[in-house]
Amino acid sequence: MAVTGAVLVLFLIAHMIGNLKIFLGEGDFDHYAHWLRTIGEPALPHRVLLTIVEIVLTVSVVLHIWSAVSLGKRAAHARPVKYQSKKKSHAQGYATHTMRYGGIIVALFIIWHLLDLTFFAVNPLGSDATPYDRVIADFDGSRWYITIWYVLAVLLVGLHLNHGIWSAFQTLGLRSPRSNGALRALAGGVAGVVTLGFIAVPISVTFGWVS
Amino acid sequence: MKLTLRVWRQSGPQDKGKMVEYRLDDISPDASFLEMLDVLNEKLIADGGEPVAFDHDCREGICGMCSLVINGTPHGPEERTTTCQLHMRKFKDGEVIDVEPWRAKAFPVVKDLVVDRSAFDRIIQAGGYITAPTGTAPEAHSTPVPKPDADRAFEAAECIGCGACVAACPNGSASLFLGAKVTHLGLMPQGQPERWDRVVSMLDTHDDEGFGGCTNTGECTVACPKGIPLDVIGSLNRDYLKATAGGKKR
Repeated sequence: MAVTGAVLVLFLIAHMIGNLKIFLGEGDFDHYAHWLRTIGEPALPHRVLLTIVEIVLTVSVVLHIWSAVSLGKRAAHARPVKYQSKKKSHAQGYATHTMRYGGIIVALFIIWHLLDLTFFAVNPLGSDATPYDRVIADFDGSRWYITIWYVLAVLLVGLHLNHGIWSAFQTLGLRSPRSNGALRALAGGVAGVVTLGFIAVPISVTFGWVS
Repeated sequence: MKLTLRVWRQSGPQDKGKMVEYRLDDISPDASFLEMLDVLNEKLIADGGEPVAFDHDCREGICGMCSLVINGTPHGPEERTTTCQLHMRKFKDGEVIDVEPWRAKAFPVVKDLVVDRSAFDRIIQAGGYITAPTGTAPEAHSTPVPKPDADRAFEAAECIGCGACVAACPNGSASLFLGAKVTHLGLMPQGQPERWDRVVSMLDTHDDEGFGGCTNTGECTVACPKGIPLDVIGSLNRDYLKATAGGKKR
């Protein structure tokens, strides 16, 4: 969970920074999208680095889900008879309780997101348009429900990171009695920045701040 | 105080078991939770019934024998308090109180509220301590222990092995117990030669006993009557990774 999660968090940060280029204008955004496919040329052939990243991400997502499923199975196995009275939770608050169902919703969102802006199957413009135009058309004010879907999914990602980043440090044995406050702050900070960074784009397009 | 108890009754390991309701009319608010159960049992015996079996020993909050999930919370509503040190004044007059045993595959129910916690003993055995017999106890000051290590080891050593962490964990994991023991033993200079083998062997036993995996929910440390900190699981993971991935295990 921790290692694959770390890979995905690093990707999310890079992805978010890339997205924000939309605020620099159409030229910058499309140039960035093109550059992703040409990194390392001519030493590396066209799209090689991007393909490697895609493979690493796919493997990470699969292993992350596999770990979650095995932990869930172990949990069910470890308590075959449930409590009769409602088991009260006393720890840590909301984010921890969203990990399992939130993770499933985020996985469904990723499938939608890939169909939308990677394979263009559910994008209103499709493969003939530029990346910038596809994003603008996607979050058009008339498609407010798509914006809401994206914002909700990103909020769940934020909650997932808030528990997940801190939890990864604990799993990897990097949490000491002294570092706990700093790790909580790091997890909350990264989760907050990533959430706001991702939400900024669809919201800005929907309200016409970027067009 | 008037109380309605809903108590888990199970005649033996094979019985399916069910919640049974009892009414008590005259309970002193100064009675402990176990004394309240004693009153119930005296009433049951007087009526010719079978008393409710529950674990207890010192009734001073230090032996780790008492258990009970009270209204969905191990050791009841008071923080850092064992069931034996919980008093009825913490409940409302007329309250309905659910009383259940610890629920875990590794803690099978023996009878009613009594569970078999010998899985913890086997984890401790897997840890051993030192491999060489060294005679009688040496003079305490002959092996100096740095004060921060001594303090942290002592904090972890406060674990009384009651199993509330397992009862509270949504995954049925005993990682807090395991972390407390590994942290405690791993910090003492006398146990250093076996440190890396110990953590691997204790963790393997933990998994073999059928406890679940840790997802760092933190429920354990809140339920712990001794307030064992959650970071002992961080120490456990660090020692385990050093022993396995770091190649320190022999």
